[in-house]
Amino acid sequence: MKKIIAAAAAALALAVVPAQAEKLKVGFVYVGPVGDHGWSYQHNQGRLAVEEALGDQVETTFVENVSEGPDAERTIERLAHDGNKLIFTTSFGFMNPTLKVAKKFPDVKFEHATGYKRADNVATYSARFYEGRYVIGQIAAKMSKTGTVGYIGSFPIPEVVRGINSFMLGAQSVNPDMKVKVVWVNSWYDPGKEADAAKALIDQGADVISQHTDSPAPLQVAEERGIVGFGQASDMIRFAPKAQLTAIVDNWSDYYIARTKAVIDGSWKSEDAWGGFAANMVNMAPYTNLPEDVVKMAEETAARIKSGELHPFAGPITKQDGSEAVKAGETLGDDVLLGMNWYVKGVDDKLPE
Amino acid sequence: MGVLEAILLTVITAATPLVLAAIGELVVERSGVLNLGVEGMMIVGAVTGFAAANATGSPLVGVAAAALGGMVLSALFAFLILFLVANQYATGLALTLLGLGLSGMIGEAYVGTPGVRLGRIDIPVLSDIPFLGPVLFSQDILVYLSFALVAGVSWFLFRSRAGLVLRAVGDNHASAHALGFSVRRVRFAAVLFGGACAGLGGGYLSLVYTPQWIEGMTAGRGWIALALVVFASWLPGRLAVGAYLFGAVMILQFHAQAAGIGIPSQFLTMLPYLATVVVLVAISRDRTRIRLNTPATLGQPFVPDR
Repeated sequence: MKKIIAAAAAALALAVVPAQAEKLKVGFVYVGPVGDHGWSYQHNQGRLAVEEALGDQVETTFVENVSEGPDAERTIERLAHDGNKLIFTTSFGFMNPTLKVAKKFPDVKFEHATGYKRADNVATYSARFYEGRYVIGQIAAKMSKTGTVGYIGSFPIPEVVRGINSFMLGAQSVNPDMKVKVVWVNSWYDPGKEADAAKALIDQGADVISQHTDSPAPLQVAEERGIVGFGQASDMIRFAPKAQLTAIVDNWSDYYIARTKAVIDGSWKSEDAWGGFAANMVNMAPYTNLPEDVVKMAEETAARIKSGELHPFAGPITKQDGSEAVKAGETLGDDVLLGMNWYVKGVDDKLPE
Repeated sequence: MGVLEAILLTVITAATPLVLAAIGELVVERSGVLNLGVEGMMIVGAVTGFAAANATGSPLVGVAAAALGGMVLSALFAFLILFLVANQYATGLALTLLGLGLSGMIGEAYVGTPGVRLGRIDIPVLSDIPFLGPVLFSQDILVYLSFALVAGVSWFLFRSRAGLVLRAVGDNHASAHALGFSVRRVRFAAVLFGGACAGLGGGYLSLVYTPQWIEGMTAGRGWIALALVVFASWLPGRLAVGAYLFGAVMILQFHAQAAGIGIPSQFLTMLPYLATVVVLVAISRDRTRIRLNTPATLGQPFVPDR
C-alpha cells in the first residue's frame, strides 16, 4: 500500500513539475524500506549524495518496498515511462525485470546491483564486501579470548559464504586455530531472530560476534553481554558504543555520482563494476574499542588489500573437506568467488547441499 | 548463570511478544470478531512505544504508549466492522497494511537511533530462588504482565459473568442480543483489549527484545500470534504452551546450529512452526471439544434489528 502511495506520489510529482530539458531524471528501486538502516538505507544515502553533488542537474525519484517479482517490472516500467533516463535497480531479484524493461526503453540507461546479466543499456555493479570481512576476521582473531567467533548468516548463498570464508582466512592469518561457529537465521532482516541467534552463539562460548544480516540487533546483544562485534552495511556505533569495533560500510555514493555524471556527459557505457576498497565502494567505519596495535594491523591490512598487494583469496587455500582450492602463488578468480559454495578449512558448520 | 538458565531466559524473551499479542486476539475471537490486523497493530505499538520512550526517556511511558497505539488502530477497525458492518477479513488485512505503512512514516525520524531499554524488576525473595528465580522472577514488567494476562483471561472467560456474556456474544450474537446484551458494545471492548495487547507485544519488541526502531521489525510475528490462537483452540493455557514451545524450539535450533550438528539450517528454521502446529493439533485433537471452543459466530457480521 505504501509502495502504491509512494509510486502514485512520484507519478503525481512528476506530472506536476514541468519537464525541464536540462535536468536528468534518475530513478531508484529499493527492495526494502529506506528505514531498514541497512541495505536499502545505504542505497538511499547514495541517491541523496547524487542530489547533493549534482544539484540542479538532476532530479531523483525512488520507490521503496518493491518485491522481487511482477511488481518490480511494473515499477521499473513506470519509472521509465515517467521520463527517468537512468534507473538503478538495487536488488538481485530485479535482474530479469530490469532486462525486460530495458529492451522496451533502449534510450534509458539501467544499472542493476549484484546481478550478472548485462545488455547495451544495462550495466551491473556490486561491491567486494569480502575485502572488509578479511580485515574484521583479523581483528576478531586478535580480540577473541575464547578463540571462538560467532557468525550470524542470512541465507547460504555465494555472497554470504564468500564472506564467511574471507573472514575465516583473515582470522587464520592471525591465529591458525580460530574457530568460527555459524548460525543461519534464514532472513535478511528480523531483529528478534538475529538477537536470539547472537545470544545462542554467546551462550556457547563465542566472545566476538560477526553478522551478515541487516539489523543492529546482534550488536546490541553484544553490548549488553559485554562482548564485541562488528556493524553491517552501515556504521552502527550508536547502537553499541562499547561493543562495535568497526563496521563494513557500503558506499554507493561515489559510484552513483560517477555514473550519473557519465550519463549527463554522454560517456556512459554498459559495464560490470565490482569494486572494493580501491573503488571506495567498501569502507571501514572508524576503529573503536581496540588496542593501538590492532588498529594498526587493521589499517595496514586494509591498505594492502586496497593497493592490490594482498588478496583475501590468495593461495594456498584448503577447502573444508581437505582438498586444495587454490595453490600457493595463485589467486581464486572472480568466477569462482561469484559461485562459491564451499567452506575453507576450519569453519565449524556444514553447508546445506 | 548456567547454559540452561540462559536458554530459558531467551526462550521467555522470544515467546513474550507472541503471548501478549495472541492473548488479546483470543479474547477478540471469543467475542466473535476475527481481526486479521494483529501484525499492523503490533508494529504501530512498536513505533509509538519507541517514540514515547525516546521522547520522555521513560520506558514505562513507552509501554503505555505502545498499548495506546495498538488500541487506537483497533478502534478504527472496530468502528468499521461493527458500525459500518465492513467485511472483517478485508478490513483486518487492510489494517495490517495501514499499520505497516503508518509505522514507517511515524518512525522515519527514529531510524538509526538507539532505544531505551525497559529494565528488569527483581521480585524480592522469589528472585533469590536458585534457578527458577532468575528465570521467572527477575524479568521486566511486560513479562510479568504476560503471565498475569494468561491467568487473568483464563479466569475472566470461564469464571466470571462478564466472560460468560462475552462468550455468549461470540457463540450466538442473535440470542445474546435477544437477551438484552449489547453485542456491539461487548465486541468493541474486546477489540480494544486485543488492540492494546497487540500494541504491548509490539512494544516488547522495540523496548526489550531489540531496543531500536526499524521498519517492519515485527517480521510476521502478528501472523504467528493469529495462528497460535486457532491451533490452541481458543484456550489461554494452550496458547501459552504453544507460544513457549515455539520460542523454545526457535532458540534450541539456534543452539543446535551453533553446536554444529550438521542438519540443514532450512530444516531447523522450519522446526518451530512444525513442532508448534503438531503439538497443538495433537493436544486439541478431540473434535467435540474443538467445536465446543470455537466461537460459533466468528467472523460473521452482526446488525442489530430494532
